[in-house]
Amino acid sequence: MSATPRNGALHALMTDFESPSQFMQACVKVRDAGYRHWDAHSPFPVHGMDDAMGIRGTRLPWIVLVGGITGFSAALLMQWWMNAVDYPYVISGKPLLGLPANFPVIFELTVLFSAFACFFGMWGLNGMPRWHHPLLANDRFRRASQDRFYVVIEARDPKFDSERTRAFLASLGGAVVEEVREIVEA
Amino acid sequence: MMKPQVEAWDNTKDDPTKPVELILGGNDFTSITEKVSDIVLERKTPRAWYIAITATAGLTGIMFLMIAYLFMRGVGVWGLNNPVGWAWDITNFVFWVGIGHAGTLISAILFLLRQKWRTSINRFAEAMTIFAVICAGIFPGIHVGRVWVVYWLFPLPNNQAMWPNFRSPLLWDVFAVGTYMTVSLLFWYTGMIPDLATLRDRAKGRVKQAVYGALALGWRSSHRHWHRYEKAYLLLAGLATPLVLSVHSVVSFDFATSQIPGWHTAIFPPYFVAGAVFSGFAMVGTILIPARKWFGLEAIITKHHLENMNKIILATGSIVGFAYATEFFIAWYGGNPNESFAFINRAFGPYAWAYWTMVTCNVVTPQLFWSKKIRTNLTVMWIMYIFVNIGMWFERFVIIVSSLSRDFLPSSWAYYRPTPVDIMTFVGSFGLFFTLVLLFIRFLPMIAMAEVKTVMPIADAHSGERRSVGDYHGDIPSHIRDGGSPK
Repeated sequence: MSATPRNGALHALMTDFESPSQFMQACVKVRDAGYRHWDAHSPFPVHGMDDAMGIRGTRLPWIVLVGGITGFSAALLMQWWMNAVDYPYVISGKPLLGLPANFPVIFELTVLFSAFACFFGMWGLNGMPRWHHPLLANDRFRRASQDRFYVVIEARDPKFDSERTRAFLASLGGAVVEEVREIVEA
Repeated sequence: MMKPQVEAWDNTKDDPTKPVELILGGNDFTSITEKVSDIVLERKTPRAWYIAITATAGLTGIMFLMIAYLFMRGVGVWGLNNPVGWAWDITNFVFWVGIGHAGTLISAILFLLRQKWRTSINRFAEAMTIFAVICAGIFPGIHVGRVWVVYWLFPLPNNQAMWPNFRSPLLWDVFAVGTYMTVSLLFWYTGMIPDLATLRDRAKGRVKQAVYGALALGWRSSHRHWHRYEKAYLLLAGLATPLVLSVHSVVSFDFATSQIPGWHTAIFPPYFVAGAVFSGFAMVGTILIPARKWFGLEAIITKHHLENMNKIILATGSIVGFAYATEFFIAWYGGNPNESFAFINRAFGPYAWAYWTMVTCNVVTPQLFWSKKIRTNLTVMWIMYIFVNIGMWFERFVIIVSSLSRDFLPSSWAYYRPTPVDIMTFVGSFGLFFTLVLLFIRFLPMIAMAEVKTVMPIADAHSGERRSVGDYHGDIPSHIRDGGSPK
């Protein structure tokens, strides 16, 4: 990809670390400094980061629960309507809606709907897909998915001040403090 | 890859005072990333790969030719007769669905059980699950007879205002296998998103950057994302676990809810699930052993991983053997003459050759894994995997064909023989399976890089303060393990 665009407005300041422990200590400091619009990027989920960053629990499980209930009800209604109402099947005098025989499909659709809710719920909460992001245009940031650990404070944070935040990030002990610019369309 | 060094890597010694090293060869985050992603991005495609895919694609072509012939002429081109209306096709279906189960066991159940060694092999096993289920799905689809109304399997509105019968286990199968395929795909893709981002960030060509970039969905390795991602992964694992147990249970209902002697048994669901895991692990091993050698991944997929797999094969193989014995016991103890005849007929009737092949491969061979020498010897274990693959195919064949060929009415008994079309369709399905495997190892990361990184000792932000990272041996506090005082 082309070189990092430098002409856009300041999106964020970023610094990077080599080891998970330095990274986590830095995150604790950013959290305690009171920043809100900031993030930590690493090639794998570092254990204990939720606390270090002060991330609250996600509502994803509730979305999945709704998906599961939908799947369960849809499967039950579908089988009842198709086999007992719209096209009644009489097989060896058995009841038209017999839960034991209808349960396998109910179970499968509960799992199916829950899995879709989980998959797309995660996309929705994470704002995915988003192919166009200032960080993705930054060449240095490419190692975030490989072997380096990044702390990024965004310019829209109320506490952000380009000089003071830069000094603060430099004090965390990372390698370099770098500016991340907004992407400007040619 | 330097040979003598690889030979020296042995992490199968059970030393309870040290955590097992899951990743060998002094690797760090950088080297893991390079080793795995270079296979896809940097290395020249080996000539052997082209030769292999030509062969497997050829076999796939043969399978589709056979299917075309079947569609033109009808199921009479198979060796089916009256009373054997289900034979190789359904055997192949159950065989392939079963193979898939190892992938889900490794990816979901071992994840819930916090078995960290799964990270080196889960991507591969999950890919295999999907490919095996694709192969499985073909067989019932082409077996329906009137293929032009195959959509009747699904509850679709049609001009006869007719709906499928939801009380039929064959319909349960449609939902179970369909859900299994879909959820396995979602789980596999979810696990791959961070690694696709790695490939996007390392790719040099525009096309590769665009394709991997699109597939990575703009993943930025953010911890706010990781948080939801890990929750999603955990939930999918929790959903996939009961699902995988249900799939082969439902497959076994196809038989167990019928009245054929030898099929109508309550033991089928657990017995089928254990057999499925057993056969699936053997298939994972069959492909993994050559793959780790060809691509120099011995440091990531270590002997310890293979030994653990062999222990699971031993456990599930013993369950399968025990189930065979239980079936015989119940056939005698239940006092039903048709049932006891069905089992005596299996072992000593016209299909005795198939029965004893099955017993040798599935009951006798895995027991050799009690020996540590055998379970850590690559050549021997690979041969054993082949035995298990053969044995598990024969298990399904024995259950299906021996029961059908001699049912209640002796005047209608008949012996089933496969035709060349039967055989070539089955062989061709291996072509399809291996074609998909070859495409996978060429274009996608075959090791879950992000997950492997999490189980390396250097990934622990508290290393030195807390317990070490390893597998169960790592539960020993570091000050006891190292003989020092607590920090």
